[in-house]
Amino acid sequence: MDRRFPFKVLEHIFSFVDSNEDRNSVSLVCKSWFETERRTRKRVFVGNCYAVSPLKVARRFPKMRSLTLKGKPHFADYNLVPDGWGGYAWPWIEAMAARRPFLEEIRLKRMVVTDECLEKIAASFRDFKTLVLTSCEGFSTDGIAAIASTCRKLRDLELRECIVDDLGGDWLSYFPETSTSLVSLDFSCLDSEVKLSDLERLLSRSPNLKSLKLNRSVTLDVLESLLRRAPQLVELGTGSFSDELDPEEIAKLTKALSELKQLKSLSGLWDLLPEYIPLLYSLCPRLTSLNLSYATVQMPDLIDLLSRCSKLQKLWVMDLIEDKGLKTVALCCKELRELRVFPSGADLDETDVTLTEQGLVSVSEGCPKLESVLYFCVQFTNAALVSIAKNRPNFRCFRLCVMEPFAPDYRTQQPLDEGFKAIVERCKDLRRLSVSGLLTDKAFEYIGVHAKKLRMLSIAFAGDSDLMLHHLLSGCQSLKKLEIRDCPFGDTALLENAAKLETMRSLWMSSCFVSFGACKQLSQKMPRLNVEVIDEHPPKTRPDSSPVERIYIYRTVAGPRLDTPEFVWTIHKSPEVGVSRLSIR
Amino acid sequence: MSGEEELQSNVSVASSSPTSNCCVSGGLKEHNYLGLSDSSSSSVGSSTLSGLDDKAAISLKATELTLGLPGSRSPDEKPFFPLVPSKDEVSLKNGNKRAFSDAMDKSESSVYTEKDWMFPQGVVANQSVMKKEVTQNIPKGQGSATTNSSSPPAAKAQIVGWPPVRSYRKNTLATTCKNSDEVDGKPGSATALFVKVSMDGAPYLRKVDLRSYTNYMELSSDLEKMFTTFTLGQCGSNGAAGKDKLCETKLKDLLNGKDYVLTYEDKDGDWMLVGDVPWEMFIDVCKKLKIMKGCDAIGLAPRAMEKSKMRA
Repeated sequence: MDRRFPFKVLEHIFSFVDSNEDRNSVSLVCKSWFETERRTRKRVFVGNCYAVSPLKVARRFPKMRSLTLKGKPHFADYNLVPDGWGGYAWPWIEAMAARRPFLEEIRLKRMVVTDECLEKIAASFRDFKTLVLTSCEGFSTDGIAAIASTCRKLRDLELRECIVDDLGGDWLSYFPETSTSLVSLDFSCLDSEVKLSDLERLLSRSPNLKSLKLNRSVTLDVLESLLRRAPQLVELGTGSFSDELDPEEIAKLTKALSELKQLKSLSGLWDLLPEYIPLLYSLCPRLTSLNLSYATVQMPDLIDLLSRCSKLQKLWVMDLIEDKGLKTVALCCKELRELRVFPSGADLDETDVTLTEQGLVSVSEGCPKLESVLYFCVQFTNAALVSIAKNRPNFRCFRLCVMEPFAPDYRTQQPLDEGFKAIVERCKDLRRLSVSGLLTDKAFEYIGVHAKKLRMLSIAFAGDSDLMLHHLLSGCQSLKKLEIRDCPFGDTALLENAAKLETMRSLWMSSCFVSFGACKQLSQKMPRLNVEVIDEHPPKTRPDSSPVERIYIYRTVAGPRLDTPEFVWTIHKSPEVGVSRLSIR
Repeated sequence: MSGEEELQSNVSVASSSPTSNCCVSGGLKEHNYLGLSDSSSSSVGSSTLSGLDDKAAISLKATELTLGLPGSRSPDEKPFFPLVPSKDEVSLKNGNKRAFSDAMDKSESSVYTEKDWMFPQGVVANQSVMKKEVTQNIPKGQGSATTNSSSPPAAKAQIVGWPPVRSYRKNTLATTCKNSDEVDGKPGSATALFVKVSMDGAPYLRKVDLRSYTNYMELSSDLEKMFTTFTLGQCGSNGAAGKDKLCETKLKDLLNGKDYVLTYEDKDGDWMLVGDVPWEMFIDVCKKLKIMKGCDAIGLAPRAMEKSKMRA
């Protein structure tokens, strides 16, 4: 049978399969489907950069145009992973540069990216279009200059919350005068000032620019001149919003803002002064996304702003919004899908801020499309959780952070087990959950029984025993990422459910009571897991029974990684290798 | 128990200036809490104290307090290794701040202790002893102001990585709050720098303009004036047992303000003793002031500790 016929047909059919999960399933059907799929996959996603070798990925997908990688464990965001842990982008960039020169897009999250990496990208990929770095570090503005100057077809350059060695604002001047392709530019995480004239000229020659996120050093008095040159913006992140402007400047800025007819997303707004809020009114009716989480604006001023945002779908705000503000949101923002309320850093015991569980209850009542929540609050009640679950069974992402560890329901003094039970019982589509407050093993029994679609779970200061881990590993069928800190379980549940770990992307456990001995056993039992211990002392100096402070376990087909720093130890697979050679470096 | 006794005996032989109790290995560091640090350090042997030696030098780097392994990071909250059984208590947490601030707030370990989770038996004796001591001294009155429940007071976010807010956001907010403080004072200029001052047991907060002083003495005498009226009311109004006795017998000291300790909250949210850093640096990082009782403050005023030991 002529194999080209099925191939062409298959290829055509597969071109409609976008989701990588589906493509992964497709490639398991048979060899020819695997071959066809791999030759047609354009967007490659690797959720753990150590799960597979860069070389293998480069070879497998010859038509790769876009690569997305994630490096460090999520808890690295909260300083639980020491510097130097790993997550280096270089091996990937190198491999792709050598084999896939037509790569156009690179998106990296929580990885270490050096200037060498950036220069390599600039030099190797002729049609390079998109660079998005989220929570990355290790590079300087020189690297960015290299990208700006060399990538002729650059469309997207986004630095989101990166730690950058900021050597000055010159990098912006490296965009050649001939470059007109820019679609999105985000340099909000940089500190130093860019030259206004460079920015103005760049904007003037970038008619396709849809998203612009300035850094804080761009002052309010120059904003008008920038906006005038980019009235087509769909997303705007302002710089600092606090300079003193004279009435004429205010009028000009108000006009410039009102000219942004396409604007849907607004962020930045650092140091937003209450008296400038009315300048934003003209934008509100069209806004679908508003990020006020860096604006320390207090309550009454927020109401006027929010009540005008009837189309809002995404709202990020600080707890300064208080219950009253959230009531307004519930009344006015009927399209709301995602809400994040961050702590403003007020002392826990001296807070002037009245944000309670009631705020979230109001929003869950009033916003029928709400499906994603991140909520920081000092304390909570079961009754509130039950109400929220009843009101909004369509949650896909529910992250509640009760900031006081072990805080029970403050009205009944009961653990919050029943509250979270309601959430997992009713929200059948729940994909991501973060729990907090006082929780017993029961809570995790409920989660194990009900949260069948749950993919990611974050736990801190909870549970009583090994049962909690057992419930989760044996119950949550779809669990892919589990991260736990400061919980009192030990070895039993982990070893009993070892097989589960290969179905997951990763498991992080810190400050729990898992012993070295268990890590060894687990590693020997499960050949395709890397069991990594983060500890400054060599494991050989510890007895098997001693607890390990931080353990990161992940499935991999690449074997133990070769770039571990001296405080990370991959537990050896072979049982006959004694304690003295417990690690591979 | 020998470790604990050793600790206390070290305290009693300290000189008249207040000493900070830093770690279980017995090393102590002297400094004045309303003046600058002593240039002589009394660090003993332990490598964890070596970072403190630099404190004496009045330079930017020197005033970056580190309490952790040599070579560990400066206070931007990146603990190197928070937990190894043989290490002392302090490095359990965000170990880059001084013991005082760690001990003041509900630490990770005391959170454990509350739930009776001690470490497995294999742990060095010193370790558990230190935990117990810290737990005893944590003032129960702390942090109970807003919680309606009778449950244990809130941990004041001194646990590593808790609450789970990204460093990027924390750092940005720290600068934002500072800016808005300045703006509140006098619009358009940074000539006033108001910070709240609270005092344990006082019915309301005051605000002071840090820029109206030029050194610590001025600040402290002004605060004394402001809060003297409250001191008489202090005795007997405190809930915790044992403290009452102490207060009654030390009325004179209270009035003189000598048994109070001035502390401040810095940009990172940690509580520190006032007086360790140069004045200019202090007003840059100080967000809030709090006047605490000497007996509430652990590892501080050894006189207070000494006295409490003697009366016990």
